Amino acid sequence: MKSPVRLERRLEQPRQLSWIIPLVSLLGALVVGAVVLLATGKNPLDVYWRMLDRGFFSQRALTGTLRTATPLAFTGLCAAASFRLGVINIGGEGQLYVGAVGAALVGLWMGGSVPVGVTIIVMILAGMLFGAMYAAFVGVLRAQFNTSEIITSLMMNYLAGILLNYLIFNSSSYWRDPRSFGFPSGKPLDKRDYWPAFEFGGLSVPIGLLIAIAAAVVLWVVYKRSRLGFEISVIADSPRAARYVGIRTKMTIISVTALSGALAGAGGASQVGDFAHYLDAKGLQLNNFGYTGIVVAALARLSPLGAVLVAVLLGGLTNAGYSLQGPDFPSGLVGTLQGLILFCAVAGEILTKYRLRSNRAGQAVTA
Amino acid sequence: MNSNLVIIIAAQAIFYGTPLFFAALGGVFTERSGVLNLGVEGMMLVGGVSAAWASQHIGGTAWVTVLGSLLVAMFAAGLVAAVHAFLCVTLKANQTVAGLSITIFAGAVGLSSYLANVWHVAEQKVPRQLVKLDLFGLADAPIVGPLLFDHTVLTYVSWVLCAVSSWYLFRTKIGLQLRAVGESPQTADAIGINVVKYRYVHTILGGTLAGLGGAFYSLAIVPTWVDGMTKGAGWIAIALVIFGFWRPDLTLLGAYLFGALQALGIQLKTRDVSIPGDLLDALPFVMTIVVLVLVSTRFAHKRIGAPAALGVPYEREER
Repeated sequence: MKSPVRLERRLEQPRQLSWIIPLVSLLGALVVGAVVLLATGKNPLDVYWRMLDRGFFSQRALTGTLRTATPLAFTGLCAAASFRLGVINIGGEGQLYVGAVGAALVGLWMGGSVPVGVTIIVMILAGMLFGAMYAAFVGVLRAQFNTSEIITSLMMNYLAGILLNYLIFNSSSYWRDPRSFGFPSGKPLDKRDYWPAFEFGGLSVPIGLLIAIAAAVVLWVVYKRSRLGFEISVIADSPRAARYVGIRTKMTIISVTALSGALAGAGGASQVGDFAHYLDAKGLQLNNFGYTGIVVAALARLSPLGAVLVAVLLGGLTNAGYSLQGPDFPSGLVGTLQGLILFCAVAGEILTKYRLRSNRAGQAVTA
Repeated sequence: MNSNLVIIIAAQAIFYGTPLFFAALGGVFTERSGVLNLGVEGMMLVGGVSAAWASQHIGGTAWVTVLGSLLVAMFAAGLVAAVHAFLCVTLKANQTVAGLSITIFAGAVGLSSYLANVWHVAEQKVPRQLVKLDLFGLADAPIVGPLLFDHTVLTYVSWVLCAVSSWYLFRTKIGLQLRAVGESPQTADAIGINVVKYRYVHTILGGTLAGLGGAFYSLAIVPTWVDGMTKGAGWIAIALVIFGFWRPDLTLLGAYLFGALQALGIQLKTRDVSIPGDLLDALPFVMTIVVLVLVSTRFAHKRIGAPAALGVPYEREER
């Protein structure tokens, strides 16, 4: 039996696909999600409406959404940066943890002795440095020994989680608050070192989000205008061709992986400076920011500016999940929906390469 | 270290290595057909939660319940694997990202956790567990007792499965054709092998085995449901496939090696040795990286055992 439709290779990619695919993916995910909800005895329309309401429809909801969007923007950029090169760094999770460790270290060390502007810059740089070094290890293994970066970066996520536990729960490290006897916790930053948030008509925008936007713009310029950006696209298209024209492939792999880790590390710094104000070993590991960043990057189709936008969208989803969590909004639902979005984004990519054709009539069915 | 401790660790290595082996063996089948499955962790968790749920709901004797739970776990994880096969084979999607999406969708904070909540799995105990069998009453025999005669039924199944799958892969016609599909789908297609069918069947088979591995966590190791209970075992299993050169026997060996690392950590922790517990927890992950680097350096050029078409979607029109 022949299937009614077949796939036919596209010769060129229509421009509008860049926004059609994410949109269709999102809708597809909502439809499949509705099936899952129905199968488990929930009313999908009701669930979706409450999520929209709690994610976006009030100033308080939006403030929470931007809060959640901030780390997702960083980890989304982290994934996008490396995926563009064909290096699948899924270590954003661990790189974010390690970035938080670095930023908390310098933040605690400065202890309110310098103006907050300086603190922010130093903490961000420390976060980026730690994240970059942590990721560079993966990059070096990939470049030198051709070791699968997917598994190594993932293993390092678990190692980073263990490091956090060690620093806060199982040792008397510099990061641990010596006054926390009952339940161990991180040493708080000096109040003067808290990163300020900007108020826009009742909406509180964390400074980390603005830094993420700036980073996205820089990344976009790097891709479009710089030599590195050009080399990245050549390597992604054909590593062999890249080697023939004399691009230093290994060096590019290592530096892009480090750059990718630096972005996640900056997200970790923002977690400490913007929100937690201490090294929150438990909180950091609870949220899966790194893994969600992969969804962000895929849905944004690896576009840096798109990643920030998608981060706000998925931030709303996650934020609504937090505030709704309870007996009739079980945890795990948001993760399921995010997974479905990623599914649909992956499946949707097929439309960039192929179009559907009817086997009977022979004309295109859909774009 | 006295010999007693060595025996305990060796016996526990088999215990903790068993789920790793099931998941990794699934990976061997899937990857031999040319499909990369990075969704193992998600499939294991779905298997784990379904097994726990089934164990709470299937009545009858202990054997019926346990067998039923295992079948449910295999079915559920196989279903997830079918989605992966659809993405990778039919839609020819990027297999890496497709597998990741499976793990994010089904993983620790996804579907497995959602189902556990909706089904109220974590609130009750798992009534029927995979118990150690004490085969022939020899469990207390010195040395061989704990090593050979004191395991759960799944461990014995895994030994049989290891032999059977080696035979299947390397001694049967279907196995040969499977390997052909993984090495060169074009050639396989040209001689009339149904590439799509082989890839679907073995991806789903791989998923069912991952489900069994997950069920081992919720029915034997923990044994109850905890969100994200496999804690990265699925990823270690993926590394084990490479470490075992895509062969069932070496994969079994590798699984026991990693099982031993876990057992060592647990034993040392209970014995109050002055090594930080976190360091012991880190061991399997560090070892995975070390092993991967070793394998990729020495064999990078020869790529011993790696199916040549691994991770490459097959498109008939393109040669």
